[in-house]
Amino acid sequence: MLTVEDVSKIYQTREGPLTVLNGVSMNLQVGDTLALTGDSGAGKSTFLHLIGGLDCPDAGRITLAGIDLHGLDDGGQARMRCCMVGLIFQQFNLIPSLTVAQNMAFQARLAGRYNARFVTDLAVRLGLEQHLQHYPEQLSGGQQQRVAIGRTLAAKPRLILADEPTGSLDEATGDAVFTLLLGLAEDTGTAVLLVTHSTRLANRMGRRLHLRQGQLVVPAAPWAL
Amino acid sequence: MIGPATTAILSHWRRHPGQCLTLFLGLALATALWSGVQAINAEARAAYRQAASVLGQDQLARLDSPWGGPIPLADYINLRRAGYLVSPVIEGTLGTFRLLGIDPLTAPPEAQPTLLAEGALDVADFTSGAGLILLSADTLPETLPDGLPPVRTVKGLMPRTGITDIAIAARLLGQSDPSYLLVLPRQPAGLPDLAGNTPGLRLTEGGGFSTPGQLTDSFHLSLTAFGLLAFAVGLFIVHAATGLAFEQRRASFRTLRALGLPLRTLIAVLLAELLAFALIAGGVGLILGYAMAAVLMPGVAGTLRGLYGAEVSGEVLFRTEWGLAGLGIAVLGTVAAAGHGVLRVARLPLLAPAQPRAWAIASGQTMRWQSGAALVLFATAFALALFGTGLAGGFACLAALLIGAALALPPVLAAVLGAIRWPRAGPMAEWLWADTRQQLPGLSLALMALLLALAANIGVSTMVGSFRGTFLEWLDQRLASELYVTVRNKAEARALRDALSPRVDAILPVVSVAAVFYDMPADLYGIADHATYRDHWPLLSSEPDVWDRVARGTGILVNEQLARRTGLTLGDAIPLATDWDLPLVGVYPDYGNPAGQAIIGLDLFAERFPDIPHLALAIRTDPGSVPALIRDLQEAFALPPRFVVDQSQVKHISLQVFEQTFRITGALNALTLGVAAFALLTSLLTLSRMRLAQLAPVWAIGQTRRRLAVIEMVRSGVLTLLTFVLAIPVGLALARVLLTVVNVEAFGWRLPMRIFPADWLRLGLCALLAAALAEAWPAWCLARTAPAQLLKVFTSER
Repeated sequence: MLTVEDVSKIYQTREGPLTVLNGVSMNLQVGDTLALTGDSGAGKSTFLHLIGGLDCPDAGRITLAGIDLHGLDDGGQARMRCCMVGLIFQQFNLIPSLTVAQNMAFQARLAGRYNARFVTDLAVRLGLEQHLQHYPEQLSGGQQQRVAIGRTLAAKPRLILADEPTGSLDEATGDAVFTLLLGLAEDTGTAVLLVTHSTRLANRMGRRLHLRQGQLVVPAAPWAL
Repeated sequence: MIGPATTAILSHWRRHPGQCLTLFLGLALATALWSGVQAINAEARAAYRQAASVLGQDQLARLDSPWGGPIPLADYINLRRAGYLVSPVIEGTLGTFRLLGIDPLTAPPEAQPTLLAEGALDVADFTSGAGLILLSADTLPETLPDGLPPVRTVKGLMPRTGITDIAIAARLLGQSDPSYLLVLPRQPAGLPDLAGNTPGLRLTEGGGFSTPGQLTDSFHLSLTAFGLLAFAVGLFIVHAATGLAFEQRRASFRTLRALGLPLRTLIAVLLAELLAFALIAGGVGLILGYAMAAVLMPGVAGTLRGLYGAEVSGEVLFRTEWGLAGLGIAVLGTVAAAGHGVLRVARLPLLAPAQPRAWAIASGQTMRWQSGAALVLFATAFALALFGTGLAGGFACLAALLIGAALALPPVLAAVLGAIRWPRAGPMAEWLWADTRQQLPGLSLALMALLLALAANIGVSTMVGSFRGTFLEWLDQRLASELYVTVRNKAEARALRDALSPRVDAILPVVSVAAVFYDMPADLYGIADHATYRDHWPLLSSEPDVWDRVARGTGILVNEQLARRTGLTLGDAIPLATDWDLPLVGVYPDYGNPAGQAIIGLDLFAERFPDIPHLALAIRTDPGSVPALIRDLQEAFALPPRFVVDQSQVKHISLQVFEQTFRITGALNALTLGVAAFALLTSLLTLSRMRLAQLAPVWAIGQTRRRLAVIEMVRSGVLTLLTFVLAIPVGLALARVLLTVVNVEAFGWRLPMRIFPADWLRLGLCALLAAALAEAWPAWCLARTAPAQLLKVFTSER
C-alpha cells in the first residue's frame, strides 16, 4: 500500500547542506504496524511528513495506494491527506474552536465518509461520550489525544501516521491511549506507522525500523522480524 | 546593569522590525491627524484675532446701512456738521484683494495702521501724490491687481488685505460713498444721542459684532472632535502593537528579573523606551500633520471665507503652540495605550510561568465588563441628549455614544456569531464560523477602530446629506422670486418700478431695519402680502391664519434661531418697542443665518419706519425673460452687477458655499477610515503570526494553503461586514445627535434627518475593500508559507 523508494531529504543550513534522509526505501502493506525509532534529529518526523504529503523529498518516490504522492499538485496532496492518511501528533493539534463531537467528525466530513453512528461508537469506545459537547481546552491531555485518535479513525484512513502520540502523556495514560489506537486500527484494517523514542511502544508494533545517519536499518534481535 | 538590560529589551525590536514599524506608524499617524487639525485651528484663530483688530473692529462702534450698500456721502457730511466724530471707510475688493480706504485725519488711532498711529509713517506720504497701500508681509506681489499705487509691506495686517487713503480707495473701487462710518469712542458733550439722529443707518456698538471667532467656534470644535476621533483610532494601533510586544517579551522580563534586575529599573527602561518612541514618532507625526494641514488649509480657508466671511490665509505656519501640544499628546497617548502593558509587567510575579499568554484574549469577564460599561455609557449619552446643554454637552453625548458603541462591539459580535447557526453547513464552514468566534478577541481592537470610523462616516454623511437636501429644498422655497434688484436711492426705486411694472408679474419690496429682540441684535423685515410668500415661504410652525395676520399687521414671524434662543412659542407677545408688541404667529427656518430675524407686514413696517426707503426689490416674472430684464436694467440704470442678481445665480453661489463647507469633513472622514484600515492591517498581520498553530492542523488534515488563505479573507470580510452593519445604527444615532443637539446648540436650527442607503452601500463596499486590502498581505503570506513553517507546529525536533 505504501512504497518508499530511494527517498532523500536535504536541508540547507548556515553550515552547509544537511542530509537528513539519504536514499531511504521501505514499504507497508494493509493492516501492517511499523515502529520507526531513531535518535533525536535523526529525521523520523521528516520521514513521516514526507509520507503524509506534508513535505516534499529532494529525490526518490513515495507511492500511496499506487499514486505517486509527490507527482500531485498541492490540491492533490491535500486530498490524499484528507482521504487516505490520518495524522496523529504529540501535541494533539485539535481545533480549539470546535467541540469534541465536531473535532471527531471533522476529517470524516471533509473526506465525505462521515457516519454518525460510527463516530458515536468510536466516542463510546474512546470513553468520550460524556465530553462530546466540550471544547478541547476543557479536556485533560489523555482525553485530547483520544479525541485526536477518534478524529483520525472516524475518517477511515488507509494509513495512520502517528508522531510520538503519547509523548506528552504520563506512562499509564499513554499506554491506555496507545492500546486503544492499535485495537481500533486492527478492527478497521488500517496500517499504522509510529514514530517513537519508546522501545516499549515500538515492541508492541508488528515491525520496527531504525533511522541512523539518514538510512533505515533493521535493528538487531529481539525486535527484528 | 541598565546597559545590558536595555540592550536585551531593545533587541526585541531588532528581531521584529515589522512590529516596530507598526508601532511607529500608528503613533505617527495618530499624532499627524491630531496636530494637523490643531495646526488648521491655530492658523484660523490667529487670522480671526488679526481680523478683529483691523481698524479697531473689535473696539469701535460703527454706522452702516441696514440693507447693505454704501452710506450716502451727504449723510456723513451732515453728521460731521452736526458735530459727531465719525470717520468714513470705503471697503471693497479688487479681484481677490480686499482694499480698505481710511481717512487718517478723522480716524481714531486704534483704527489706523500701527505705522501711522505711532508716527513712523508721515500722513502726507500716505495721502499725497500717487498714494501708498500698506499690505501684510505675506501677500504675494504677483497676486495683486495691476494699476495699484506703490505698496509697502507691514506686520499685523490680514493676508490679501491692503489699507490706503480713502481717496485712493474711492478711485480704485469706483465708489465715492463710504461703506460705513467708524464712531469715535468720545463724542462732544451736549450732542443728542447718535442712535436717535441717524435715521436709515444702523448703529452697532463696539464688540457687538459677531466676530468670526465666535461664529466659527462650532466649526473648529467639529474639526477638533474629528482630530480626536482619528487620534483615538490611531491609538488602537499603538495599543495593539505594544500589547503584542509586551506579551512576547514576558519571558525576557521574567529572566531579567530573575537575574537580579530591580523591578523599578525594568519599569524605568520600559518607560524610557516608550518615551523615545513617542518623541520620535510624534516628531514625524508633527511633520506629517503639518503637511496634511498645508494640503487641507486652502479648502478650509475657502470654507471659512464662504460660510462666515472670515478671511484666513491658505498657508500654514509652524507654531510652537500646536507643535508642543502635538508632542505632548503623542506622549500621553502612548502612555495611555501602553500603560496597561507596563502595569502588567510591574505586577508580574517573579516565578510566574513564562508561557506567552494569548495576546489580547478577552475573557468572559472582560466581555461582561465591556458590556456593563457600554450600557452605562449609552445611558449617559441618552441622558445628555435629553438634558445636556451647550456644545460641550452635545460633544460629551457624542463621545459617550461612540465609546459605548466601541466597547459594546466585541460582546455584540460574539453574541451574533454565537446565535447564528447553519444547519447544513459543511465542516469547513462550521470551522470558519467557530474559528471566527475564537479570533474575535484578538481582532476586537481593530474592529472597534473600524466601527468608530464607519459610524463617524455614516453619522457625518447623514448629517451633511440631510443638511444638503433640506438646504436645497429651503432655497427653492425661499428664493421663489426670479430676480433680486437693489437700487441706490428712492428716485431710482421709483423709476425702476415704473420701468418694470408693465413687464413683470409683481414687484415685491423687501425692507429691513436693525432691531433688538430680548437684548439680542436682530433684523426686522417688512414684506408685501403676496402669493409668493403665502404659497412658498416654508414655516416650521404657524397659526392657521398666519399670512392674513401678518398682512393685517396683527402678527409677526420669527426665524428658528431667534425662537429657539429666546424660547418663543406661538402666541407669545414679542415686544418691538416700549409701546408696541405683536403676537408670534409663525416660525420659519433660516439655515445659514447666524443672527435672529423677524418679519412683519409691509404696511405696518412702512407705518413704523416711514423713513426707510424701499430699495431692495424681489421681482416675479417669467423665468425666460430674466436675462433680457437684467441686461435692460443694467443698461437703463447703470446698476453694478452685484445689484441685479437672478435666482439661479444665488442658488449656485449658495450651493458652492455649502459644498465648500463640507469638503474638509469629507477629507477627514476618508483619513479616519484609512487609519482604521491600517489598524485592521496591523491586527491581521499580528494575528497571522499567531494563527499558524490553529491553521496547521486544518492544513495537515487535508486543506491547501491557498484555500486557507481564501478562508482567512472570507473571515475578515464577514467580520468587517458585521461591524459595518452594527455601525449603521451607531452612525444614525450619531447623526441624530449632530442634527438635534449639536446643530441646534451651534447654529440654532434643527434639521430633519434623512437617510441615504445608497451612501451606506458605497461605504460598506469601501470597508470591504479596505478589509480585503488589509487581509491581502497576511493571506498572501499564508498561501506562500513553506510547509516547513507549518510543520514546526507539530514537531519539537527534526
